Amino acid sequence: MSGTLRDQVGQLARRSVLRTLRQPAQIVPALVFPLFLLAVNAGGLKDATNLPGFPTDSYLTFALAVPFVQGALFSVMNSGTDLARDIETGFLNRLALTPLRGAALLSGLLAGSVVLGLVQAIAYLVVGLAAGAELAAGPAGAIVIVALSVSVTVAFGTIGLFAALRFGSGEAVQGLFPVFFVFLFLSAMALPLDLLTIDWFHAIASVNPVTYLLQAFRSLLIDGWNLGELALGFAIALAILAIGMFAATSALKTRLVRT
Amino acid sequence: MGEVERSGGIEAEALVREFKNGPRAVDGIDLEVAPGEIYGFLGPNGAGKSTTVLMLTTLLPPTSGSAHVAGFDVVSEGPRVRAAIGAALQEAALDPLLSGREHMRLQTALHGLGKAERQRRGDELLERVGLAYAADRKVGGYSGGMKRRLDLALALAHRPRILFLDEPTTGLDIQSRTALWEEVSRLAAEDGVTVFLTTQYLEEADALADRVGIIDHGHIVAEGTPAELKAEIGRPTVEAVPREEADRERMATVLAHFGERAGSTPRGVAVRLAGGESRLAEVVRALDAEGIAIEHLQLHAPSLDDVFLAKTGRSLEGAGDEEEAEAPAAEPITSA
Repeated sequence: MSGTLRDQVGQLARRSVLRTLRQPAQIVPALVFPLFLLAVNAGGLKDATNLPGFPTDSYLTFALAVPFVQGALFSVMNSGTDLARDIETGFLNRLALTPLRGAALLSGLLAGSVVLGLVQAIAYLVVGLAAGAELAAGPAGAIVIVALSVSVTVAFGTIGLFAALRFGSGEAVQGLFPVFFVFLFLSAMALPLDLLTIDWFHAIASVNPVTYLLQAFRSLLIDGWNLGELALGFAIALAILAIGMFAATSALKTRLVRT
Repeated sequence: MGEVERSGGIEAEALVREFKNGPRAVDGIDLEVAPGEIYGFLGPNGAGKSTTVLMLTTLLPPTSGSAHVAGFDVVSEGPRVRAAIGAALQEAALDPLLSGREHMRLQTALHGLGKAERQRRGDELLERVGLAYAADRKVGGYSGGMKRRLDLALALAHRPRILFLDEPTTGLDIQSRTALWEEVSRLAAEDGVTVFLTTQYLEEADALADRVGIIDHGHIVAEGTPAELKAEIGRPTVEAVPREEADRERMATVLAHFGERAGSTPRGVAVRLAGGESRLAEVVRALDAEGIAIEHLQLHAPSLDDVFLAKTGRSLEGAGDEEEAEAPAAEPITSA
């Protein structure tokens, strides 16, 4: 990365982080709602651990994987609405009049997602462990969980950027949020994939990438070190990131029609 | 284009911008703005002012025609144009969550100023536009005038040779407007910055611009110094109000001998005075001869609104509202 590009990314990253930290309304729901759902599920579904083949006797430990993915979904909305606002207010045109490179803009904007991902992951982990969840992979596993959580958050963030650049409106970006929640609910969120006995649900969950993200988190919480599941989780996050960045870059070229 | 190319002015030839499913927003305009000149681009809402600015600032490719800014082609040399210009586009595009100083830091950094110079330049510009006292406050708490002044400071961050200001004083109170006018005048006079200013305010074009171009429906309908344009119209307007309302029609008949109607006020009659102000005494005598008592008589020097009226058949005030109501929806200028 050249010095100029690094400087541009750094400046935009700084702005993105400042914006995230100065908008408690972005951080608080992303922390509170996943933890609320965790509490409800852990309390209401704990008998599921009696099912034959359930991988742990602590439903809290099993369910603790969900907030990491659910929280990451908030970054679709946060990164997307921030950029959509820049388009709506003309701030993007201001940036376009500088020698700013498109790559710097997108990378800088994702810095806010990194901060959000970090804050969320640490909070979920601390609350989950304090409530009695187990972490089979130990302290090193905690670091990997945080790293995976940040990766997933940034990956989903690129989808928010694409939506903002494609549609140019904050409302359109927010409209995507429920769609992404459908992905979460049609995954192995509440039960392990093997225990989803309804055929159509099992089929959908089997091809839903969210299932494998959840399994990567669960592998660290329940099994310890399952490198296959971990690698699959990181690979899916990287694939979403690559596709999202490609789509966002294409949309940026269309949106920034500067000569 | 020699002179323009060497010294950094603006030139456009047959510049056109069409929108899909919309009107031809700019319809073949020719422009030449000399270095150091303040050029006022005057017209109602929807006339094509902002579209022209977007093309000249490289943010919107022209459909046809050509334009050179600071000697560089806006289509093929966009980055060089952008390096030479500063722009404060319509609506101050600021981040309400950042402070004035943070905006300056971002803008100077993106323009590639060195780290030490960023701080110095940012402080200097905030001081110049009178915002040093509010530099660390979030922009969300700034007034409209403060936002516009910060917008101007940001446009100047990299010492541009040419400055585009798109309706910079719209919505500002008279005090903020005057302060901005003074700063723009100073930039042109002392720093030699070429200023391309769009406005829908007659008094702004009159007070600031060395030359004015009047645009309507995408065409430049008149161009010259404010004095030249007014002289082109040549005739002042006389407005008379009868003491008795019943005399209004008779007064209109008498005044019709002195020139064509130039609109009317609720109680009076106005005509464009053929032969100029020297005929005012004749007007008074003619009304007196008809026994029409005058409550109020006023001579108006030609204004840019008269120029607009003469060229387009409409008054500038309210013209934009009509156009917005008539015009089909155009695609967003930066749409996907």
